[in-house]
Amino acid sequence: MLREIRPAIVLLLALTAITGVAYPLAMTGIAGAIFPARAQGSLIEKDGKVVGSTLIGQEFKDDKYFHGRPSATLAPDPNDSSKTVPAPYNAANSGGSNLGPTSKALADRLKEDVDRLKAENPNAAVPVDLVTTSASGLDPDISPEAAEFQVPRVAKARNMPEASLKQLVASNTEGRWLGLIGEPRVNVLALNLALDRAAAK
Amino acid sequence: MTMIGWLQIILFCVIIVALTKPLGWYMTRVFNGERTFLSPVLRPIEAGIYRISGVDEKREQHWLTYTVAMLLFHVGGFLIIYGVMRLQAVLPFNPAGQAAVAEDLSFNTAVSFITNTNWQNYGGESTLSYLVQMVGLTHQNFLSAAIGIALAVALIRGFSRASVRTVGNFWVDVTRCTLYVLLPICVVYTLFLVWQGIPQTLGDYVEATTLEGAKQTIAVGPVASQVAIKMLGTNGGGFFNANAAHPFENPTALSNFVQMLSIFALGAALTNVFGRMVGNQRQGWAILAVMGVLFVAGVAVTYWAEANGTSTLQALGLTGGNMEGKEVRFGIVASALFAVITTAASCGAVNAMHDSFTALGGMIPLINIELGEIIVGGVGAGMYGMLLFVILAIFVAGLMVGRTPEYVGKKIEAREVKMAMLAILVLPLMILGWTAVGVVYPAAVASMANAGPHGFTEVLYAYTSATGNNGSAFAGLSGNTFFYNLTLASAMFVGRFFMIVPAMAIAGSLAGKKSIPPSMGTFPTTGGLFVGLVVGVILIMGGLTFFPALALGPIVEHLAMNASQLF
Repeated sequence: MLREIRPAIVLLLALTAITGVAYPLAMTGIAGAIFPARAQGSLIEKDGKVVGSTLIGQEFKDDKYFHGRPSATLAPDPNDSSKTVPAPYNAANSGGSNLGPTSKALADRLKEDVDRLKAENPNAAVPVDLVTTSASGLDPDISPEAAEFQVPRVAKARNMPEASLKQLVASNTEGRWLGLIGEPRVNVLALNLALDRAAAK
Repeated sequence: MTMIGWLQIILFCVIIVALTKPLGWYMTRVFNGERTFLSPVLRPIEAGIYRISGVDEKREQHWLTYTVAMLLFHVGGFLIIYGVMRLQAVLPFNPAGQAAVAEDLSFNTAVSFITNTNWQNYGGESTLSYLVQMVGLTHQNFLSAAIGIALAVALIRGFSRASVRTVGNFWVDVTRCTLYVLLPICVVYTLFLVWQGIPQTLGDYVEATTLEGAKQTIAVGPVASQVAIKMLGTNGGGFFNANAAHPFENPTALSNFVQMLSIFALGAALTNVFGRMVGNQRQGWAILAVMGVLFVAGVAVTYWAEANGTSTLQALGLTGGNMEGKEVRFGIVASALFAVITTAASCGAVNAMHDSFTALGGMIPLINIELGEIIVGGVGAGMYGMLLFVILAIFVAGLMVGRTPEYVGKKIEAREVKMAMLAILVLPLMILGWTAVGVVYPAAVASMANAGPHGFTEVLYAYTSATGNNGSAFAGLSGNTFFYNLTLASAMFVGRFFMIVPAMAIAGSLAGKKSIPPSMGTFPTTGGLFVGLVVGVILIMGGLTFFPALALGPIVEHLAMNASQLF
């Protein structure tokens, strides 16, 4: 058995060097050369400043923007580091609400949000993704229904015709891959950037 | 449930079955030491590794030596992870300035990664430096996967060989698995994932100013290279806290689909390796059929439950299923499918929060792990776990007809059955034992995030996941406490090694037996009767053991939900 000691040490170090150092570093080099923008995190710049990543949702509260889904991400409490406080779309600490199907806290939150949205747009059914928090808290997408639901509010705030906004939503809707895999979706940040451009014209 | 949802599920199953044979063919060549198309590139590296580490690749090991070598390897792996976590503050590749990780969390994480569990009490982007992610986690993702596969191959050799004392050479099996199977696939896979949008950079976290003018710190890192092996090796430990739900770990519906395939690919292929090594591929297909029956049943229940939603959602007129804790790009079907896959295999990556699943939708992942993760299972671990159940099923069949049971030419005798039972009894001991402690010990009770039966399920799920070396969680439970760090680590340790050592003892015992040709009285193990028998044994064993605990958790919660009772 003693002769197994040397391989246990040397082989472990050799494989660590290959899989833990050479492999990730080589992949970083190759990926950076072939897909430089994506390897850096698909960042979007506007006027030379990073405004976010196409893949990472961000918080929108203003009426003149389309809103993303509620986010349950947290951040350390600035007053007491042992506690956490809500910090929606905190892209340095992803996570979901983890509230279960019989949670009273969840039921209360859902009811409040549904009531608020019904008051905002009484003419359409409230889309479920617009009141539920995502698993990562950073979901960049909403369903096409959730985007359309918000059209009247944005149109009013921007003083733009609803028809042109609906068209904007349609042109920013991504379908299923090959018509089969995944779900149709609208990237909120991309939609809002397109919205800003359309409004500027 | 929709037609297009079911089409995605069917497509997934078809591709897995299609991959099983070619991958099984390739892996069989690798473990038989034959030449492959990669040999011209990799053979010199392989030979060099043997030379510096003093391994004689021709010399095979007795099962006990094989097992000791495996254990020694784990000790080394543990020390590396624990060391880099404790020292990360003074080591390079730490752009976010992460402080040293606490002793108990480092201990838990080190045990978690050497046992292929990858339970996340750590927060990924908020706790670990890039060096820990690469040298600690990525590297151990490779090794724990390679070790699992090596052990399964050793057990398969026990069945396929006759009258020999050895089951292979551990060092050679691990090296060949890493170099010829895992690494080449991961190189291609990583590039695919970056193409889909996963970052692969050593740069700092990005500071963005959002359209509304708020500050957003975006965590990045060498993510893609780790995600590739985390999925392929059924490890499941995330680079980020939200794991495969995080858009940077799983950016598109396509990346999600490929990740699901990669969780099952090697585990399914091992059934074919088994068939090839014992000389009849139909033996392998029969085992895959057992897995398939249980898998499809699980998917159907979870998909139905999640698409149905909860009474809370229904009361508010919200349709479209239970989207709490799910991502829009995956929707209901890809989230439900992923949850069943990740727990059927011992992966434990999640693309939706299991804690927010409906009671029945969340019960299926729990059951999958409690059955021993033998539905394809963890790479290697699923195969040897399944073979333990096959031994029991064959034993039961033998009892029914009063004949010494045999399987693929080997007599199954008292020693094998005892060892199989020992391995299988570890699950209830750790899962139910620790859950019982967790629901009465005050410091443990305080960790529950949800009240009522759901809180109980959180604790049950935690020990189930740890013992099964799965690593997924009902993540509301605050696991990063002294109590949970230590008790979960003990469950992971016992769940891994008290399964492996009896399995290896069986391998050694079988390898030494004579091979007997099938006769008139041999129970055929390639047909529907055998598949039904094994499925029955698995369900009865699991049902008798865990039904009472499930009744206290998800089942009572489902009834409460239907009565609109909230907690």
